[in-house]
Amino acid sequence: MTGDTRHQNALLTLEGMTKAYPGVVANDQVSFSILPGEVHALLGENGAGKSTLVKMIYGLVKPDAGQMTLRGESFAPVNPAAARSSGVTMVFQHFSLFDALSVAENISLGMDNPPDRRVLSARIREVSQAYGLPLDPHRVVGDLSAGERQRVEIIRCLLQDPKLLIMDEPTSVLTPQEVDILFKTLRKLTAEGTAILYISHKLEEIRTLCEHATVLRLGKVVDTCDPREKSARQLAEMMVGDTLHVPSREAADPGPVALSMTDVSMKSPSEFGTDLRNISLEVRKGEVLGIGGVAGNGQDELLAVLSGEGRAQTGAITLGGDDITLLHPNARRARGLLTAPEERLGHSAAPDMSLTENALLTGAVREKLVDRGFLKWGRTEDFARRIITAFDVRTPGPDNAAGSLSGGNLQKFVIGREVLQRPDVLVVNQPTWGVDASAAAAIRQSLLDLAHHGAAVVVISQDLDELMEVADRFTALNEGRLADPVPTQGLDVETIGLMMGGVHGETAA
Amino acid sequence: MIHLEKRPQPSKFWAGFTPVLAVIATMIAGGIMFWMLGKPPLEAIRTIFWDPLFHETFGPYSRPQLLVKAGPLILIAVGLSLGFRAGIWNIGAEGQYIMGAICGAAVGLAFYPSDSVLIFPAMVLAGALGGWAWAMIPGVLKVKFGTNEILVSLMLVYVAENLLASVSQGLLKNPEGMGFPGSRNFRDFPAAYNTELISGTGMHWGVAAAFVAVIFAYILLTRHMLGFQVRLTGEAPRAARFAGVNPTRLILFCLGTSGALAGLAGLFEVSGPAGQVTIDFNSGYGFTAIIVAFLGRLHPIGILLAGLLMALTYIGGELAQLMLGLPAAAIQMFQGMLMFFLLAMDVLSHYRIRLNTPATV
Repeated sequence: MTGDTRHQNALLTLEGMTKAYPGVVANDQVSFSILPGEVHALLGENGAGKSTLVKMIYGLVKPDAGQMTLRGESFAPVNPAAARSSGVTMVFQHFSLFDALSVAENISLGMDNPPDRRVLSARIREVSQAYGLPLDPHRVVGDLSAGERQRVEIIRCLLQDPKLLIMDEPTSVLTPQEVDILFKTLRKLTAEGTAILYISHKLEEIRTLCEHATVLRLGKVVDTCDPREKSARQLAEMMVGDTLHVPSREAADPGPVALSMTDVSMKSPSEFGTDLRNISLEVRKGEVLGIGGVAGNGQDELLAVLSGEGRAQTGAITLGGDDITLLHPNARRARGLLTAPEERLGHSAAPDMSLTENALLTGAVREKLVDRGFLKWGRTEDFARRIITAFDVRTPGPDNAAGSLSGGNLQKFVIGREVLQRPDVLVVNQPTWGVDASAAAAIRQSLLDLAHHGAAVVVISQDLDELMEVADRFTALNEGRLADPVPTQGLDVETIGLMMGGVHGETAA
Repeated sequence: MIHLEKRPQPSKFWAGFTPVLAVIATMIAGGIMFWMLGKPPLEAIRTIFWDPLFHETFGPYSRPQLLVKAGPLILIAVGLSLGFRAGIWNIGAEGQYIMGAICGAAVGLAFYPSDSVLIFPAMVLAGALGGWAWAMIPGVLKVKFGTNEILVSLMLVYVAENLLASVSQGLLKNPEGMGFPGSRNFRDFPAAYNTELISGTGMHWGVAAAFVAVIFAYILLTRHMLGFQVRLTGEAPRAARFAGVNPTRLILFCLGTSGALAGLAGLFEVSGPAGQVTIDFNSGYGFTAIIVAFLGRLHPIGILLAGLLMALTYIGGELAQLMLGLPAAAIQMFQGMLMFFLLAMDVLSHYRIRLNTPATV
């Protein structure tokens, strides 16, 4: 279909949308059209301007210039309520749900004119059945899985009878089986004429689901295509504007056991967290162990018990044969066990402190940045500079605040900080979450290189493609339990899904 | 149309320049207020900011007062700022100040009328210990039972005030005081008296201790691992745990240090400028120091300047009441304006002001 005919039949047309923030133009003259009943992908690296664009469509951000036309009429929503009343709804990447309230209560909170609770519950059942998204309106949200929580958000949107549904990274929290259900629902919606604007980093997904893609780079539309006719690699290169470096791995014989956990249980420090139950695992030198699983199944707790922030109630952890169950984080670092938690801002890095100070955060012991309690700022700054150079962190210099870096750059810094300390064992949680394709490739390569040089690496991730790419063995966390690890080679999606869903044993053996 | 635009990083220039701007703004707004009260505005401002230091007849009397008043404020505020940096809120410095004074004075008075050179050092130690122990109560309760240190430390101020009333009428009462409440006067007990070190400056051991505390705090925060841990805990508590900071130890360190410094301030006050333990010995230094700590942006050098500025407005305010007959309420208004402008001008270091209108609305 040519541009002109797309334009004439369009549900929503954007023309010359521009939005500038201090120091950066987030969107520069962005124009494209979305047809009714189309799944339209919005592709781009982090910082390409996708979020700003959809926020303008959803009335959260006011454009500096440009106009939108919805079904032939001028469309300039002043707030999300106005957008919703025009038939534009959005499912966010991070859910805005209250854990302590029921499904129906949560849905009614997000509606502009909520009907009577009983009527609403009936409507929720009706819609959830019609679209194949089973959901009990009376359950408390705190007890729901991430997939079920997403259903709550989607049903909230569907109840408003949308013409355009915007979805931001909807599958990042789902098991493969749940992704299938979601895609069926979305296809049903498009068959009824609803258009879907779909943002995702997972290119394979976009190839199966979307009919049209608009590619953004540095705030501008650089290309459009039919993703079904492109390979994932071609799509990635359109986003990056460069050829993509695919991580390569060299086979190495696994050495002796570097890290082992025996029957470790830990109560989660947070009320809605997941307790770890009887976790046992072994990681050998030179090996990458991939731990999959849907978010909230004990990933944070597993990292905490390994980093030393959490204390196991039962069981033992050994590092190179020595018992480290009771050791503090820095004592573990001194012995060669390094970790990188998922949350960058406020956990693995302090956003308002400089990169130099953040280098000190975990580097103090192994890099000898402290002498009898006194800080060696010169040495620390050198260490920060080495991280910035070795990991291509884009920043004016080590004096800049960690929070001023983009997500991908900060993640490169955090991973680089641990890798450069030459760990014997490195445990990372979601190493490439929210990181653009080229930075993700660099991070994965560094993990593989580390393993190649003899370190044991544990990668906790929700991105299965990532785990398939880097891991020698795969296992999954489900409700705080760990499945028996299996070799990654020849593993099929069916088995992975079953391991993530907690059915382990005969199928996963 | 004026609108504010967030700076990517706070401006270093404005962070340093805003206090100057705030003082100027206070002079203008205060001058207008004095003028409306029918007082000569320029003279009033000069009386507050200039005369305490440089007036021919009053200067020699009020100049020493500057250090006498600023000393305890700075000493207490430096201690508090460590905790505030780490998100540990000791609001009860007033109580620790009283306990330091009581303990230190008690040790001194126990040896009356000895003239050993060890008496004053022993008093200093006892004063610091008294304040430290009083601050350990909220500290241990917080660490063991998760109580709120703000409430516990604040309530302990009232306990300390009652203890002060009790000892000044009982345990520490001057046996030769003809029944008046209050202890012996340290002016009559040379071995225990916190004397003026350089005559005519107001410089006593407490002021020296305040300067030393400023230097130590500065080194701690910029050069030492413990100071880094304090800052990290305040900026990102989860990252601090990840970095291996032991929260229990940090809470006890921050509360203990601020308590000990407040106790020292109390001891130096009671054995020097105040001279004796009396019912109304405490004069709110412990609370005013909270304001000084924040005015100084929780930075040791900032606190040093804020303490001096605060002391100056107190002395100048009293002078203006005396010489121009300004009502006390007007002086408090004026001091309030200074706080207001200092905090309001902070917006300039975080935001820049734009005067243009957006291209499209």
